Amino acid sequence: MTALELAEKIKQRQISVLDGVKTVFAEIEKKENRIHAYLDIYKKEAYARARQVEKGIAEGIYTGPLAGVPVAVKDNICVKGKKTTCASRMLENFVPPYQAEAVSRLEQAGMIVIGKTNMDEFAMGSTTETSAYGITRNPWNTDHVPGGSSGGSCAAVAAGEAYLALGSDTGGSIRQPSSFCGVTGVKPTYGTVSRYGLIAYASSLDQIGPIGKNTADCAALLEVIAGRDPKDSTSLDRKDLDFSEAMDQKITGMKFGIPKEYLAKGLDGEVKNSFMEALKILTGQGAIVEFFSVDTMEYMIPAYYIIASAEASSNLERFDGVKYGYRAADYEGLHDMYYRTRTEGFGEEVKRRIMLGSFVLSSGYYDAYYLKALRAKALICQEFDRAFEKYDVILAPAAPHTAPKIGESLKDPLSMYLGDIYTVAVNLCGLPAISVPCGMDSKGLPIGIQMIGNRFEEKKIFRSAAAFERGGRD
Amino acid sequence: MKQYETVIGLEVHVELATKTKIFCGCSTEFGGAPNTHTCPVCTGMPGSLPVLNRQVVEFALKAGIAANCKIHQMCKFDRKNYFYPDNPQNYQISQLYLPICYDGWVEIETSSGKKKIRIHEMHMEEDAGKLIHDEWEDCSLVDYNRSGVPLIEIVSEPDMRSSEEVIAYLEKLRFMMQYLGVSDCKLQEGSMRADVNLSVREAGSETFGTRTEMKNLNSFKAIARAIEGERERQIELLEAGKKVIQETRRWDDNKESSHAMRSKEDAKDYRYFPDPDLPPVHISDQWIARLKESQPELREEKMLRYQKEYGLSEYDSGILTETRHLAKLFEETAVLCGSPKKAANWFMGEVLRLAREKGREPEKVSFSPEHLSSLIVMVEKKEVSPQNAKKVFEKVFDQDIDPVVYIEEKGLKIVEDTGLLASTLERILEENPGPLNELLGGKEKVFGFFVGKMMRELKGKASPDAVREALTKEIESRRKQYGDN
Amino acid sequence: MAKLIDDETLDNVCILAKLSLNEKTREKAREDMQKMLDYVEKLNELDTEGTEPLTHLFGDENVFREDVVTNGDDREEMLANAPKMKEGQYQVPKTIG
Repeated sequence: MTALELAEKIKQRQISVLDGVKTVFAEIEKKENRIHAYLDIYKKEAYARARQVEKGIAEGIYTGPLAGVPVAVKDNICVKGKKTTCASRMLENFVPPYQAEAVSRLEQAGMIVIGKTNMDEFAMGSTTETSAYGITRNPWNTDHVPGGSSGGSCAAVAAGEAYLALGSDTGGSIRQPSSFCGVTGVKPTYGTVSRYGLIAYASSLDQIGPIGKNTADCAALLEVIAGRDPKDSTSLDRKDLDFSEAMDQKITGMKFGIPKEYLAKGLDGEVKNSFMEALKILTGQGAIVEFFSVDTMEYMIPAYYIIASAEASSNLERFDGVKYGYRAADYEGLHDMYYRTRTEGFGEEVKRRIMLGSFVLSSGYYDAYYLKALRAKALICQEFDRAFEKYDVILAPAAPHTAPKIGESLKDPLSMYLGDIYTVAVNLCGLPAISVPCGMDSKGLPIGIQMIGNRFEEKKIFRSAAAFERGGRD
Repeated sequence: MKQYETVIGLEVHVELATKTKIFCGCSTEFGGAPNTHTCPVCTGMPGSLPVLNRQVVEFALKAGIAANCKIHQMCKFDRKNYFYPDNPQNYQISQLYLPICYDGWVEIETSSGKKKIRIHEMHMEEDAGKLIHDEWEDCSLVDYNRSGVPLIEIVSEPDMRSSEEVIAYLEKLRFMMQYLGVSDCKLQEGSMRADVNLSVREAGSETFGTRTEMKNLNSFKAIARAIEGERERQIELLEAGKKVIQETRRWDDNKESSHAMRSKEDAKDYRYFPDPDLPPVHISDQWIARLKESQPELREEKMLRYQKEYGLSEYDSGILTETRHLAKLFEETAVLCGSPKKAANWFMGEVLRLAREKGREPEKVSFSPEHLSSLIVMVEKKEVSPQNAKKVFEKVFDQDIDPVVYIEEKGLKIVEDTGLLASTLERILEENPGPLNELLGGKEKVFGFFVGKMMRELKGKASPDAVREALTKEIESRRKQYGDN
Repeated sequence: MAKLIDDETLDNVCILAKLSLNEKTREKAREDMQKMLDYVEKLNELDTEGTEPLTHLFGDENVFREDVVTNGDDREEMLANAPKMKEGQYQVPKTIG
């Protein structure tokens, strides 16, 4: 049952809000030992809230299409009065006295937050293995990772431990784990969802987005969380947020472009086959599919990691043991406290990126690395701008391979970074993109296809993804 | 010994007079209990985001326009990264690459004449919190009430050559900011702070020497002493064949000496980069034009106008314009009473005397100009004696009473009808036959005796002139009678 | 050639980032950073002559708050997460003036 179907049944009084919540917790109890998608579960609060929402729906306070639906939230998104750890030792006991705007909007829509999901520490990683609180396993094959950094959210939805979840995407952190877990995930246009209360990794790239069982659920959830927030200066005042509207439209005549370099070396054969099959489904519905050339592909990951690490090094300076979070037990003097707190509080991957980021911003290297990356970013964006003059939607794999085995990726950080090749440009350019399941490999692991829209054209990707889902069923 | 020239540039931080902080809705009010004006934004909580206060931009623009600056019509904020507990995010949001105002100048006047001091730039930034050292536990305590209070930093070119010029420049900035309403510029409360960059070079040399930066200067006197002290220190080094090291030094005004603020943990590499949380600020031509049009008259213009239009002395004009508040009170009074000179006399005399005696800062003087002006008019019309008017004014100064009502109620009004005057005169003359005879006999000294007696008797209800006139008339008529007889 | 991460550079980065390395972690950190810098060296092949650094994707319109006090005294909440506090303030090791 999808989230929208559950909400409809609640509306028709075929199922109570509490029963909806109970079935989710039943799944959690059954599977959580194996999957470990959650870092914190709000069972008691969720039951109380379910009764409240039940009343609210009856009284006509909550009328939206997702009223009464339980939802999981990635643990870098603040829920007031609840531990928000970013899966880091640094924030082990941090309880924010404020709430993320996206979470407030979930509540206003009559949704029920059921817990916080596991992730890579501070959203840095592609496997959810850098979490300080244990790994999350892929529900399709528990020897494999769920992807990351929103691995907990995606695994929860895939395992039926949540109908819907919020993730965050800085370089693919919603789309890649969605693909690995066989669920649907959306990274909206930069500025569409308020970042207030999202603990920043790289501010110019971060966006919160929905993860669900299908496109319609994601569109409905994005409608709930999107919108201008005066607390976030980078949030945009958009008027075209009625995404669900696009769901039933045909894609006949729509033009899809595929960067042919994306299908060259480095792409797993089974993923490629599945991707090519997906193209047939689209053309079968009257879409036009063309290949085009992208010149900036090999600069995407270098530009992304320089920019993301630079911003991260600054964003994570605030974790110093003074105001909140971890403080080392023993230290001699102020600077020793800083060193010990940060060296003990952060995990390896986070430290790696902070060091890289501090270096590329440091005196003598700023121009050569940081500004150079911002110039490359400009050229990458120009190239996408040109592509969108010709195409409605750009198609790409979500990842070059399916979910790797647990323990394989962190040995070689650089090759893990290379796995982000199809996702990072979307963040650099602020574009919206959706990852939808398009097949399975021979190991039984899901494969996802990514549909990328021009800025503000979420409707086109929802329309395409929904058509693709329908085509796949026929 | 060789002749040395001192070269000084200033970085002046001015706290803006906004109601709220630069990036959040916390109050900027001075002196609250520690951390009572804080929120997730100004304590650097993760996930909080800055939103720029429009008034900060407006104030920065006003200051820049008044200092003849050019404006970057698209300006950005940058992060300055350094670890210190008074800086909750461990980066300060400031402007490095595109400061809002640049390339300006102000004119100063010293004993050696007028001189232009060039302004390199003015930029917006946030203030840090306050650290208090706790002697009991040998630790420090952090209060973030000041964290996020808006500042503009005004960076001058190295155009000053003496402490006299530095003080003149600071005074100039202070008056400018106060008149613009941009800041109250109180050094004691830290709303105006100066860092001094100083180097020395042999007189006639074209190149600059190595400079040091001095911090912790919180009064004009401390600044002057620090400049003298640092100049001497650098000259001594050079005379001894040593080199001046480029460093930041902290001035200790009690010891009248400075020491280097260095630590190996201070990498001095701020890794400035554009703040991704804050979009660029766009300043339209219309915005600039509106501010130019609405720019208030600044102190120099006011002083000149007082001399030209009101005929006041340069000295009086200077005193009356020392604060914009007092100047405003004065001008309103002058206009209402129609006599700028009389109003100026009241301000130079009574207003400043009472402020001094009662220990009230000029900004805190608050009476209605209507009340002082009606008092001035009453004196003018001889409806109240000058002595009584001064007493009444003290009430106006303290409680802002309406002098017209008060004078009426207290019976201090000089009587219009001459009946009271005549009957009092009659009685006084009768009661003092001896002196009367002397006066009638031509002893003019006794005239003053009778005037004094009359004035005392009438308690200011008649003016001395009226008394004199009535007395003269009476004596003349009595003398005539004697003569006739 | 990419910048070589020598001891001095590594030490400086640690000071900036306030992170310490021990004998065990030091070589791994150096190696990871070197690998990454060698890799991003690729950017130098890209001709960016005449291209302005793109700092903000959007931002044609000003985003301001009005100068109105919206926050009250939330000291208790703000301090609730402090690892150490005293008399309504955050307590830290002694700072040198």
